[in-house]
Amino acid sequence: MSDFFSSGWGIYIALVTGVGIIWCLYLLFSQRKTNVTYEADGSVADTGHVWDGDLRELNNPLPRWWMWMFVLSCVFAIVYLVLYPGMGTYEGSLGYTTRNAHEASVVQANQQLKPVYAKYMSMDVKQVAADPAAREMGQRLFLNHCAQCHGSDAGGSKGFPNLADTDWLYGGDTQDIKQTLIGGRAGVMPAFAHLESAQVSDVANYVRSLSGLAADQIKVGRGAEVYKANCAACHGAEGKGMAAMGAPNLTDKVWLYGGSEATIVETVLKGRNGMMPAHETILTPEKIHLLTAYVWGLSNVKDKNSK
Amino acid sequence: MANDFLADEGGSQNTVELSLYEVRRKIYPRSVSGVFAKWRLILVLATQILFYGLPWVQWNDRQAVLFDLVSRKFYIFGLVLWPQDIIYLTLLLILSALALFLFTAVAGRLFCGYACPQTVYTEIFMWIERKVEGDRFARIRLDGEDWPWSFHKWRIKITKHFLWILIALWTGFTFVGYFTPIKVLSAELIAFTLGPWQAFWLLFYSFATWGNAGFMREQVCKYMCPYARFQSVMVDKDTFVVTYDKTRGDPRGGRAKAANHKELGLGDCVDCSICVQVCPTGIDIRDGLQYMCIGCGACIDACDQVMDKVGYDKGLIRYTSERAMLEHMDNKKARHYIFRPRVLVYLGIMSVLLIAFASSVFLRNPLRVDVMRDRGALAREVEGTKIENVYRLQIMNSSENPMNVSIVATGLPGMQILSSQGKEINELIVNPSSNLLIPVKVRVAIEDVKAGTHPINFDIEATESGPNASKTLRVRDEKSSFIVPR
Repeated sequence: MSDFFSSGWGIYIALVTGVGIIWCLYLLFSQRKTNVTYEADGSVADTGHVWDGDLRELNNPLPRWWMWMFVLSCVFAIVYLVLYPGMGTYEGSLGYTTRNAHEASVVQANQQLKPVYAKYMSMDVKQVAADPAAREMGQRLFLNHCAQCHGSDAGGSKGFPNLADTDWLYGGDTQDIKQTLIGGRAGVMPAFAHLESAQVSDVANYVRSLSGLAADQIKVGRGAEVYKANCAACHGAEGKGMAAMGAPNLTDKVWLYGGSEATIVETVLKGRNGMMPAHETILTPEKIHLLTAYVWGLSNVKDKNSK
Repeated sequence: MANDFLADEGGSQNTVELSLYEVRRKIYPRSVSGVFAKWRLILVLATQILFYGLPWVQWNDRQAVLFDLVSRKFYIFGLVLWPQDIIYLTLLLILSALALFLFTAVAGRLFCGYACPQTVYTEIFMWIERKVEGDRFARIRLDGEDWPWSFHKWRIKITKHFLWILIALWTGFTFVGYFTPIKVLSAELIAFTLGPWQAFWLLFYSFATWGNAGFMREQVCKYMCPYARFQSVMVDKDTFVVTYDKTRGDPRGGRAKAANHKELGLGDCVDCSICVQVCPTGIDIRDGLQYMCIGCGACIDACDQVMDKVGYDKGLIRYTSERAMLEHMDNKKARHYIFRPRVLVYLGIMSVLLIAFASSVFLRNPLRVDVMRDRGALAREVEGTKIENVYRLQIMNSSENPMNVSIVATGLPGMQILSSQGKEINELIVNPSSNLLIPVKVRVAIEDVKAGTHPINFDIEATESGPNASKTLRVRDEKSSFIVPR
C-alpha cells in the first residue's frame, strides 16, 4: 500500500467493495416486483412505464434462476474477498500476492529446466560448444544479454571487443571467458595528460608503426622513448600487451577504440575506461556455462551456416 | 405456475404486483413431420457428421484439422497457420458476421433454426427424449407423476440421462480432439492417462452439452443469445420469416367441419393450438414475429397438416414477408423484393471480402522474414576500408517441408553478406514449421558510399524440398537501412 499516502485509502476501497456488494443485492431484491395496472379487458400490457408518450416498457420476465445466479456471484465475491486480498489492506486468508505467485512460477520453471541444464553442466565447455542445441540456447542468451554492446554477430563496436575473432584481451581459454562473465572486467587505460602534445603525437606514431601502419619515421624514433617510459609497463616492451590486466596487444590489427593517429592521441591524453559488468548476480551458473561455450565456440567451432 | 407470474393483489382494484422474474415453464414440444422437419434432420446430420467426423480425417501423416494451441499452429488440411496469420481469423469473423446479416435480411434466423449448435443438440436430445419418454402428452403425464417416483419413471429417466450423457461425453471428447490429436487422446482415454486440462475440457464441454441441450434449451436463445436481440435491426418488412397470415386466419375459432366458416364470420384458423404445441421455444406465432422465434418452421409443418385435414389451403403459417402477407402477394411476387438495396450491399461487400479472403489464403507465402537492425552499434569500420552493419534475420518456414533459403542484399554497390564468423553464408536450410534466427553482417566498401542512412533490401528466395513440396519459388523482400557514419 506504499503507493497511497494514508491508510484511509484502504478503508475507502474496503467500503466501496463491501457496500457495492450489499447495494447490488438490495437493488436486486427491492426491484424484483413492480406494480402494474390492468387493462380493461383483463390483460396486463406493460409495466406502466411510458416514455415519449408512446414508448411502453413491456415485461419479459427473466427466469428466476438468473436471479439466483446473481446471488451466487455475490456469494462468490464474498468468499473471494475472504481468501484473497481485496478488502483494502486485508491480506486474505490464503496469503496470496502476485509477487509470491511470480516467484513460485519462476521456481517451477527452473525445476522444469533443471534436467536440461544438468546435462550441460556435466559436460566440459568445449563439449557443450559442439552441441547444436546448446549453441542455440547460447545464442538466445547472447542476444538477450550481450548483443546490446557486442552486437548480434558478436563483432563488437568501438569500445566493445569483437568476440568472434581470435584476439582476446584477457585470454581466450574457456576459463578466462568464464571468469570475464562471472566477475566482469575493468579495462582501465590511465590518462597521460602530463605528456606534452609533441610527445603524444610521437608515441601515437610509434604505436601505429608497431602494427605496420603508416607513420612518420622521425616521430616513431622519438616515440619509442616515450613509449618505453610510459606505456611499456602495461603493454610490454614489444607492445604485445598483457592479458592479466587486459592491456591490449598493440602490434596486431585489432583496435578497440580505433587506430587513427587522432584516436590514439585521444586515448593517450584522456585514457579509456572499458567496463564489462559482472554477470554473477544476473545469470545463473548454468546460463554462464552455456554462454561461455557459445562465446568460445564463436571463434573455435565452425558455423554450419557458413562456407 | 401462472399464479407466480401475477403475484399478490395490489392496492386498488385493477392494480397488481408483477414479478420481474418468473419460474421457467418447461416446454414439451410435440413431434412434427413435414418439409421443414426434413430439412432440419438433413442439417442436423450434415453438421454432426462434419463435427464428429472431421478430427478423424488424416492428411499427410497428421490430423487434417488440428488446432495445436501449445505450439501455436493451426493445421487445416494443407494449410498451417501461425499466430502471424491472425488476420485470417479476423477476416473469417467479418465474413461470418456479414453472412449472418445477409441471411437474416433475406430469410430471418435461418442459422438458429437449422445450424446453431444449441438448436442442433437440443434437437438430438429431444429426439432421444421422444424415443424414451414418448411424445408431448406422454412426457407431460410422466413429469406430472408425484413423488416418490415409480420404478417405471426411474427406469425411463435413468435411460434417458444415460443416453444423453453418452452423447454429451462423445461430444466433449470430439471437441477436445480438435486441440489434441484425437488418436492420441483416445489411447490416453482408454488408458486413463488424460492430462488434467484435457480431462477438464472434456468433462466441461460434455457438461455444457448435457446442460444446454437437456435443460437450458430455449432459455439460451431467450436470455443469453445476443443474436435474438439484434435481429430486429436486420429484419425488415421484406424479410422472409415464419409468418402467421392474420389477414386470412383471423378471427380464429373452432367450427364444425361441415360449416361454412366464412358465413360464421371466422377466418381459416381453427384455433387448434397445434402451432403452439410444436414450438420448441413455447411461443404463439400468431402473435407475430418475436425475438423468441428461432425460425425453425415446426409450426408451418404442423399447421399445413391441419389445413390438409380440414380441407383448407396450406400456408396459413408460411415463410413469407410481412409486406407479402399484408398485401396478399403470392410468393413469386414477394420474391421480387428479396434483391433490395440492403441485401445487394451485404452481398456486394461479402463477395469482395470472400474473394479477398480466398485469394489471400490461396496465395499465402509460407516464407516469412523479419529483419531487425542492431540498435546497440550503428556501424563499424572493418579492415580499414569497409563499413559493416549488423542485422538479425528471423527466417520463418511455415510450410511442412524443409526450405532451402538464399539471401541477397541489394541497394548499395558491392554489398556483401557474412555470417557471425565473417564467412560467406551458404544456402541455409530452415526446418519444416520452424524458424531460424541468424545474425548477419553486411559490408560495403567505404569509397562506394556516402555518409548517412541508406535504404537497403534483403531479397530472400526459398524453395521447398520433400515429396509433397510445392515447386513455387517463395520470395520475400524485406526493407531495412544501412548506416554509414560520418
